[in-house]
Amino acid sequence: MSRQWEAVIGLEVHAQLLTESKMFCGCRAQYLGLPPNSNTCPVCLGLPGTLPVMNRAAVEMTIRTALALNCEIPEFTKFDRKNYFYPDLPKGYQISQYDLPLSLNGCLEFEVGGRVVRAGITRVHLEEDAGTLHHAGEIHTSSFSLVDLNRAGVPLMEIVGEPDLRHPEEAPAYLAALRQTLMYLGVNDGNMEEGSLRCDANISLREKGSSVLGAKVEVKNMNSFRSIQRALEFEFQRQADLLEQGRKVAQETRGWSDLEQVTVSQRSKEEAQEYRYFPEPDLPPLRVARDYVERIREALPELPRAKRVRLRESYSLAEDQARVIAESPEDAAYFEAVVEAGADPRSAANWQVQNLQALCNASKIRVADCRIPPVALARLVQLVDQDQVSGVVAKDVLAECFVSGDAPAELIASRGLAQVSDQRQLRELVEQAVTANSKAALDYQAGNDKALNALVGFVMAASRGKANSKMVSQLLRERLPRS
Amino acid sequence: MSLLDLSIAEMARGLRDREFSSVELVEAAYQQIDRLDGELGAFLRTTRDQALAQASVCDRELAVSPDGRGELYGIPVAYKDVLCTQGVETTAASRILSGFIPPYSATVVERMESQGAIALGKLNCDEFAMGSSNENSAFQQTRNPWATDRVPGGSSGGSAVAVSARMAAATLGSDTGGSIRLPASFCGVVGVKPSYGRVSRYGLIAFASSLDQVGPLTKTVADSALVLGAIAGEDPHDATSSQAPVASYQDAIGQGVSGLRVGIPKEYLAMGIEPGVRRVFDQAAQWLEAEGARLVEVSLPSTEYALAAYYVIAPAEVSSNLARMDGVRFGPGFGGATNLGDAYEHARHQGFGGEVRRRITLGTYVLSSGYYDAYYLRAQKVRTLVAQDFERVFSEVDCVISPTAPTAAFRLGERLADPLAMYATDLLTLPANLAGISGISVPAGFSDALPVGLQVLGPYLGEATCFRVAAQVEAAADIWRVGPETAGAAEEGV
Amino acid sequence: MFEPAQVAHLSRLARLGLTDEELERLRAQLGDIVRAVGKLAEAPTGQVDPTAQVGGLYNVMREDRVVDGLTQDEALANASSHEAGLIRVPAIQ
Ligand SMILES: [Mg+2]
Ligand SMILES: [Zn+2]
Repeated sequence: MSRQWEAVIGLEVHAQLLTESKMFCGCRAQYLGLPPNSNTCPVCLGLPGTLPVMNRAAVEMTIRTALALNCEIPEFTKFDRKNYFYPDLPKGYQISQYDLPLSLNGCLEFEVGGRVVRAGITRVHLEEDAGTLHHAGEIHTSSFSLVDLNRAGVPLMEIVGEPDLRHPEEAPAYLAALRQTLMYLGVNDGNMEEGSLRCDANISLREKGSSVLGAKVEVKNMNSFRSIQRALEFEFQRQADLLEQGRKVAQETRGWSDLEQVTVSQRSKEEAQEYRYFPEPDLPPLRVARDYVERIREALPELPRAKRVRLRESYSLAEDQARVIAESPEDAAYFEAVVEAGADPRSAANWQVQNLQALCNASKIRVADCRIPPVALARLVQLVDQDQVSGVVAKDVLAECFVSGDAPAELIASRGLAQVSDQRQLRELVEQAVTANSKAALDYQAGNDKALNALVGFVMAASRGKANSKMVSQLLRERLPRS
Repeated sequence: MSLLDLSIAEMARGLRDREFSSVELVEAAYQQIDRLDGELGAFLRTTRDQALAQASVCDRELAVSPDGRGELYGIPVAYKDVLCTQGVETTAASRILSGFIPPYSATVVERMESQGAIALGKLNCDEFAMGSSNENSAFQQTRNPWATDRVPGGSSGGSAVAVSARMAAATLGSDTGGSIRLPASFCGVVGVKPSYGRVSRYGLIAFASSLDQVGPLTKTVADSALVLGAIAGEDPHDATSSQAPVASYQDAIGQGVSGLRVGIPKEYLAMGIEPGVRRVFDQAAQWLEAEGARLVEVSLPSTEYALAAYYVIAPAEVSSNLARMDGVRFGPGFGGATNLGDAYEHARHQGFGGEVRRRITLGTYVLSSGYYDAYYLRAQKVRTLVAQDFERVFSEVDCVISPTAPTAAFRLGERLADPLAMYATDLLTLPANLAGISGISVPAGFSDALPVGLQVLGPYLGEATCFRVAAQVEAAADIWRVGPETAGAAEEGV
Repeated sequence: MFEPAQVAHLSRLARLGLTDEELERLRAQLGDIVRAVGKLAEAPTGQVDPTAQVGGLYNVMREDRVVDGLTQDEALANASSHEAGLIRVPAIQ
């Protein structure tokens, strides 16, 4: 490659809000799993004569999100109609926001490769989702489509990012940070596979150091972090190749094919829709009172980055530990409850991140939802820290209780799994070890430190893991003095 | 004399005193329909069995407890076909809604039902209420009962004719630029355009959402006051419905006009008013003055731009409102089209008549980028000017009066070839829709044996004042019992 | 004042499927109407705010509560074609 190209990437994210009811009618916002067209009413079916009435909770959730993304909330906002025909759009227009959205000018900080990147948020606005279309086979070869309007009218928040991303790998990092924020706020379930969180990207190339932008290509149909990165990497290469050859990049919309790992042209700019936006006459505009905004701001939860920093600093955790623990506010709350119940923070973090998290991952549940209550984990951590149970035993007990729901400390007591620290008992075991492993004993005394491990291992095995390994080492050293 | 010649108050009294039954009232209405509607074409469909069954329920209930019922109890009424009626086909007089059976009823229909009113059927209108002559119905021509070679006015022509020809005690229509007041004037009945938001639009098939209002058409001003009282008020299904309490309209009637300041907008009288219409108007103004009203000349200078603003805003909203008529969830289907583009075009081409296509195209144009500012945005600004005119005038006077239309009913076909001439029919009525204020048309006299209405415009939510003035004109004109001859012909049958 | 292609474009945008003859007739009528509404250009709208809605309402919202809607049968009752609970439409392309 003779020249150096730089990507200019902006993401547009659509997030379904976790309201009870739809944006403009009383149908359920949670539509997954319902029989087709069984979650509709005259309003969301777009029957003649029906009118929309705005869902107060959806407005509030959007403002909450906008504040978390450092947006300004204008005092006046209104809704507009975006007009286009499509079978999943019952009214022939989408109620959305055009020139006066609920919020503007925010930003999102996220980390990628150890760097902190700050990307602008153009706006966060509120609109309604469309229904879903099913095709027999591929969309372009099927002879008919089938329409399900269960999703039509679900509140949808559109989060438009500034074109501030410079590398394809920044896109999934940005999206992950945004997704985590939305989940922290309780406004979205973060489910990309089911489509409750969707992402489109704009990407254009420019020569490094230049401010002259190439044509903007919109990429759609990416439904995982991985496909977003792959699609953008593909586009970067495709556009760079064209430019290298002295050819032009067409301004168009392209779709990502997960199957073939390529983007495919969907619609050129000439065919681009004319949406004929105009103010929605059926909805009075909103005046957003300042004290209302301030009340929402004050009630904002601690956000992911702030929580990571606080966990790290107030509990002296490692960066990685803080990240895992702060994955969700519920997991972080679990951790703090363990500490609150008396466990040493760093031990608690080790146990939660290394052991409990692994068990949860295997069962695909969140730490906060597991059967070990924080108090129980705290007790177990304390037992280990106080040498009352060995780490090996504790780990097994945790795994068993994770399934059974029993209290670890009780299991340890009832099964007599407490660590053996009794000098007399341990000395007996040490004697057996020395007798049975005379070569190892001699080797140790001859100066081979590693030989001690075999002796300790014998004692541990003989005690079925219960022996206090530190004391065993100590006793062995005393028993086998070096001259 | 038909029972349908009575006012609603008289019918209610007769029902309570067991002089006649609701079944007899409903049967009398259907007798008129059977006799006249073949020629007049007011009804698109009737719901006879249902109506008679309801009437007999009303009669039984009245026998058990005759008191404490509203005055609409057991009274035969009918609805313009732009109002959704659960389980009864509703087409807005358009082919694209042929066979559409709404699973819900308009709020106004529910409110009439809850008062015990009995629906006779659905009334013809211009397709999607677009028109001033009722000649744009996809299904049939409605004729003026006073002269059957003339138009009934539109778009609520069927609603006006049904009342005028004594086929229903009251009807509901919709008024976007004059569609209640104009046919009321042409057919010699009372028609009310309530202030925007006074009556719920939920279940009214939208024409232009920011202009549409549902209102009553009746023989008398008091009947209209009664019906409006029944349907007005906030509706949680319509976010644009007013939260203000509903005034007692019936109390306004009989208060007289003494001391009222009545404005006469000079721009309205300069609009080429036909001499016969002008004579009726001058007479009505004199009556009001004789009863103690003070006539004041006022100016509404933005009137000259109102028509242009209306014919940008209304089509813009139409182009969007009618986009849902795509053949997918309702409508007659796609005629075998094999791809979606053809399917949409088939459904909409077959489904829409000429005027609707014209307005959709115009609305699509004025909303297109590059034209939005010059047309749509500017029209919205003119709308502000029109509203400011009225605001200023209503700080000086209590109401304004004018002819409802520059002419009496014109001949069928006369304006069909010239859309602009047709649009000009609404010159005097549509400013009220742009401003969202209250208005009424009350029969005030005749011009060449054709009825002529007087329009009374009141401030926003000033319906009571309109009723007060209209009632005075009605009393002075003393013509409401005079029905068209075609209606009278039914007398022999009674 | 309307080019034939412009009217055809509007017809396509609005999915009206007009025939050439209809387009030609409409072109003349639209020209007349647009000329007439051109009157707007003369209005003194300099410092005037647009009015999209009258009545002066703000912040009209409903509470976030689920209300029973239609059954699948009711939702499909008016559709011209459906199968397995889904509304059938011809192919997108
Ligand atoms: Mg969007
Ligand atoms: Zn719904």
